[in-house]
Amino acid sequence: MTLPLEVFWYLLLGVLITVYAVLDGFDLGVGTLHLFARGDLERRFSINSIGPLWDGNEVWLVTFGGALFAAFPEAYASILSAFYFPFYLLLFFLIGRAVSIEFRSKRKERWWRAYWDFSFCAASTLTTFLFGLLAGNLIVGLPIDEREVIHAPLVSLFTPYPVAVGVLAVAGAAMHGAIYLYLKTEGEMQARVHGWMWRAFGVFLVAWVGVTIATLVLAPHVTRNFARWPIAWVIVGLHVLAVANIPRAIHQARPFYAFVSSCCTIAALCFLFGIAMFPYFAFASSDPTRGIDVWEAASSQRTLGIMQIVALLGMPLVASYTGIVYWIFRGKVRLGENSY
Amino acid sequence: MELDPVALSRAQFALTIMFHYLFPPLSIGLGLQLVLLEGLYLWTKERDWERAARFFTRLFAVNFAVGVATGIVMEFEFGTNWATYSRFVGDVFGSALAAEGIFAFFLESGFLAILVFGWDRVTPPVHFLATILVFLGSCFSAVWIVVANSWQQTPAGFHVVGEGESARARITDFWAMVLNPSSADRLTHTLLGALILGAFFVMSVCAWWLLRREHESLAKRAFGVALITGALTSIAMFLSGHSNAQMVATHQPAKLAAFEGHFHSEEGGTALYLVGYPDEARGEVVGGVAIPAMLSVLVYGDPDRPVRALDTFPEEDRPPVVVPFAAYHLMIGLGTYFLVLTLWGLWLRWRGTLWTNRRVLWLFVVSVIGPYVANQAGWVAAEVGRQPWVVYGLLRTRDAVSPTIVGDQVLGSTILFSLVYIGLGAIWVFVMNEKIQHGPDAPEAHPAAIEAEAL
Repeated sequence: MTLPLEVFWYLLLGVLITVYAVLDGFDLGVGTLHLFARGDLERRFSINSIGPLWDGNEVWLVTFGGALFAAFPEAYASILSAFYFPFYLLLFFLIGRAVSIEFRSKRKERWWRAYWDFSFCAASTLTTFLFGLLAGNLIVGLPIDEREVIHAPLVSLFTPYPVAVGVLAVAGAAMHGAIYLYLKTEGEMQARVHGWMWRAFGVFLVAWVGVTIATLVLAPHVTRNFARWPIAWVIVGLHVLAVANIPRAIHQARPFYAFVSSCCTIAALCFLFGIAMFPYFAFASSDPTRGIDVWEAASSQRTLGIMQIVALLGMPLVASYTGIVYWIFRGKVRLGENSY
Repeated sequence: MELDPVALSRAQFALTIMFHYLFPPLSIGLGLQLVLLEGLYLWTKERDWERAARFFTRLFAVNFAVGVATGIVMEFEFGTNWATYSRFVGDVFGSALAAEGIFAFFLESGFLAILVFGWDRVTPPVHFLATILVFLGSCFSAVWIVVANSWQQTPAGFHVVGEGESARARITDFWAMVLNPSSADRLTHTLLGALILGAFFVMSVCAWWLLRREHESLAKRAFGVALITGALTSIAMFLSGHSNAQMVATHQPAKLAAFEGHFHSEEGGTALYLVGYPDEARGEVVGGVAIPAMLSVLVYGDPDRPVRALDTFPEEDRPPVVVPFAAYHLMIGLGTYFLVLTLWGLWLRWRGTLWTNRRVLWLFVVSVIGPYVANQAGWVAAEVGRQPWVVYGLLRTRDAVSPTIVGDQVLGSTILFSLVYIGLGAIWVFVMNEKIQHGPDAPEAHPAAIEAEAL
């Protein structure tokens, strides 16, 4: 059986966004926790823990955007033009975060550093929140007309369910970031990060249980694919085990296992989102058996085929660059002359 | 008052892309300078080269960060403001963007980490390899973006299915799409523009130090390398510019006519305007200085063959004239200036008087503005000259915007971006200036370098 190109690209987009969520997840989370770091030195440790990596992590999002445009231009055009202001705010926050990291340590004045510290934290948190808000809206459904155009005024996007998903995203990233920071720090700072891990995990657990229940109540259509492919329940099981393993690994002082578990937790959330949505990018709020789907949104078979070759050639290269860079910058953070 | 989403979206696009385009050309041009400086260090083991490479890497990093941040805006703006365009070209444009992401961005950003933060974590040859890969990555980005843009100028390798709002371009031949009639010329032109900027940037900084009698031995060396690259690329630019004009004459004759303010058809050879103001209402160039028949010679190599004028096109297909005319002439004037200045600089260098000639050094300090203006002018000429089409001959700009957006939304986001960009621009200037005033680190600061020399 050959995989239809549309499905191949839906899967590949899923891989891109999952890797993005796992990798940028921890550096966004470090941003959210940034203001809890005390004193200039701790804050420099916080920023430098993600220093060489955050930019490469964000490229997964940029590539996801390019690939969505290429493979499913209808979905790209409909969703982006419908989320006009949220997307502009997202861009605004992504820019704010990038320049905060870049500029913070360029001057010594207290007001300068305090401003960029605040802006780094706020931009990271709001970026994560908007991703969650967007995902929440795609799950509950949007008013989609016959021409695949979505009509969604700004206020209609801020209903309780999507906001709750946004909070879950922030809590998940903060937990992921705290565990990452624990791996990268030592001494006094690491001892304090230990407390952050527990608190972030607590908030995440509450949000996770709440959103899971809310999803089953408010968006029952998401279980449709689980009935169709019962094998997907395996992922649900692994997801629960991964979540449960985080406190266990923290308690046993095995932070690397905790980090692997939080990576798996986030990856599983992305996968569950993908399986719940398939074959749609967005459900129609009027009728959850409709929506913008892969078959209508796709580019021509020829384009999808060409891009499949591009992806199959490119992805191993990308995976090896990512591996090399993470390997070179392994170990605890050290501040040096090239640090932020 | 009813706000026009098309005009506002165009203004917003111009604002965001022109601001973005301040940064990538420097990344490419400075990337080449870094490769040269670091290569010379590995070859000669002279510490000056390494100090220069490390110093300019820091400027590179700041510039790169702002370039990436403003680039993400461009990617999403296609979907938010130009949804109809995105649907129409998704098949074609999208594959170029996806290739850019997979082949260029990852290469650039991954190895950038090693370039900026890896000096003491990897061996010098590995670091040099990372520098080369970052430079290649930024060039590949240019390849895919220019290919996508060139396809909009001279579409090829596709057919259109559907009509009106549901019309879609479909690829029939990938390589014909990539190697469309204008890709190669426009790519060479764009890359050369970036390399000239990189050379002028290094010369500007080094000339500033020389004027202040700081870091002199390092400044002379880096200036020398940049001067040679600046001269070679300026010469190449002349050939590329000529080839581009001929390509535009063949494939986008209305655009060439707008560049030259060529309003009315006439018998015999067409004159080339050096300066002037094209008055669109009267259909003539006011106060122009022209060389008779020169345009025909340049385009066709035949002084008697007329070049097509604007009046041979239906009125609704004619581009505006004033802006492309001004931008095009500004670009050519600046190109000539770069060639003259770098050749003159080489002559003074050969005579041995360049380093003490304060007036010429000052000229080099301020001349970095030239390539910035020329790169922007080239973009303006190319894009405004393509109007009223967003995809030449296929999709009009006014039909390309998102059906759901309204004027005040676009106005709101444009104001937001203007404010953010003003702040961003100011900070960029401020931080770059701080670093330039601080200069390269003292030689003692690098034990690794001293060890290397001792070996």
